[in-house]
Amino acid sequence: MTGLDARLVVDRGAFRLDVTLTAAPGEVVALLGPNGAGKTTALRALAGLTPLTEGRLLLDGEVLDRMPAEKRPVGVVFQDYLLFPHLSALDNVAFGPRCRGASKAEARTQAALWLERMGLSAHAAARPRRLSGGQAQRVALARALATRPRLLLLDEPLAALDARTRLAVRAELRRRLADFEAVAVLVTHDPLDAMVLADRLVVVEEGRVVQEGTPSDIARRPRTDYIADLVGLNLYRGQAEGHTVRVTDGPVITTVEDFTGDAFVAFPPVAVTVHRTRPADTSARNLWRCEVAGLETHADRIRADLTGDLRLTADLTAAAAADLDLRPGAEVWATVKATQTHAYPA
Amino acid sequence: MIKGSRAPLPLLVPALIGLVFLVLPLIALLVRTPWARLPELLTGAEVWQALRLSLVCATAATAVSLVIGVPLAWLLARVEFPGRGLVRALVTLPLVLPPVVGGVALLMALGRNGVVGRYLDDWFGVTLPFTTAGVVVAEAFVAMPFLVISVEGTLRAADPRFEEAAATLGASRFTAFRRVTLPLIAPGIAAGAVLAWARALGEFGATITFAGNFPGRTQTMPLAVYLALQSDPDAAIALSLVLLTVSVAVLAGLRDRWMTAS
Repeated sequence: MTGLDARLVVDRGAFRLDVTLTAAPGEVVALLGPNGAGKTTALRALAGLTPLTEGRLLLDGEVLDRMPAEKRPVGVVFQDYLLFPHLSALDNVAFGPRCRGASKAEARTQAALWLERMGLSAHAAARPRRLSGGQAQRVALARALATRPRLLLLDEPLAALDARTRLAVRAELRRRLADFEAVAVLVTHDPLDAMVLADRLVVVEEGRVVQEGTPSDIARRPRTDYIADLVGLNLYRGQAEGHTVRVTDGPVITTVEDFTGDAFVAFPPVAVTVHRTRPADTSARNLWRCEVAGLETHADRIRADLTGDLRLTADLTAAAAADLDLRPGAEVWATVKATQTHAYPA
Repeated sequence: MIKGSRAPLPLLVPALIGLVFLVLPLIALLVRTPWARLPELLTGAEVWQALRLSLVCATAATAVSLVIGVPLAWLLARVEFPGRGLVRALVTLPLVLPPVVGGVALLMALGRNGVVGRYLDDWFGVTLPFTTAGVVVAEAFVAMPFLVISVEGTLRAADPRFEEAAATLGASRFTAFRRVTLPLIAPGIAAGAVLAWARALGEFGATITFAGNFPGRTQTMPLAVYLALQSDPDAAIALSLVLLTVSVAVLAGLRDRWMTAS
């Protein structure tokens, strides 16, 4: 079998990481999850920097479990790059080929070629501290690629960049990852990075995989509060029966889908309409009595946290919020059209 | 620092006494220096012999300390093994041990009838006590802990993830140490080496105990000073002045590292 086939189990005191990860050559997989979920531990285990407690690690059919880090055909781009500060950009990139047996001249020739591909020839002689964040990131990528890895690992590849650089570097990194023929695994807590860069997301929470799929699939059908929060959806779990889903410990939500069994229902905050009095003639099939728990400004909109029949967030325009005289503690009615909800089997 | 407020007297007075206590003897040394006789005193053959021996032995002891002390510091800082705390304590012991005791201990270990020295003598015909090599051994024994402690501290402050990055690029642990760690901690090694060198240069107790006091062979500057004090105090002062000059030069060389408050 080609590509990556791994089950990574790492015990760390009370914390246990146990994730199964597979990827085909050419595929870019993102490990997405909150801080402390174990993503970086998984990456370190893949690189051989943290030993596996149990599990397996196969790359293109070769067993890597017990292989020391320096022998693995794995390249790593670290979160803060870890470029060697005493070496020039060129010698940083030449370091890997040199360690893997190339002569000094040969390693430098290869490194120069990599820097050229990254558009960094002008900075070959520069020390890492003279490079901008985006340039340092490209040198780090070149350094990792120069060893011709069959598995490329990237730890929060964009976290060290400021917002403006990030946009450009993200687009460029996406291009370079798309060109990479072997397996690439990246770790991030930023859903946007994950969705732009990866073909497939693996969501990790508390050391376990809670969901995996394509970015659009996960954005449309989140399975945990964490992901629902990330993609900005209201998410409920319950029992579907025909066009309705009875939310666990909550009301019934009318949907358009038709099935029976364990189900999720999701709808975006903009689908929620808020009324101050019980609306007399509404076509919306879902009507709940709620209380405003909190309000916060989100760009040009007001996001209201509602409790009551159902806990949900609603997005309103600033004008609408002012008209309704919304304030914490106010009693309101919330309506959601069935066509705005999305139910799917759990 | 609180600006504009005066330091309270109960702190200020002992502080000034402390300052005077440390500086006064050095000033006295300068005051009593027989400046007129100085050229004559310092051009004697014995002086140059002792000074040369001191410099050669201190440098050799520093080299020995570097070769075995840096790897020891690396072991203490980077490798987890049972009893590491104890090993660190043992390494630090010569720092607080009276040097004379160190000299006696060295005799017991490396003397002609010593635990190891007997075999060195029998098998290889190597004798260390009361030789120039013995001076180097005594100085290294006393000075190396300074280097080890300094380098270990620098290593602990250095980010070990650079070594991990090197490993992912295919570097063995030794290659990572040689090509990444060593250059990164070079300033710490240099500072530790200067410290060890200064300590070796001033070494007295262990040297006289283990290597004796033979002019030209084992009589280093501090020994010469002590001996001169009995016969020609002016010569002792002149020799002390030379050592003081060397010390000030060392301190000046390290000022960026230690004299700027961090």
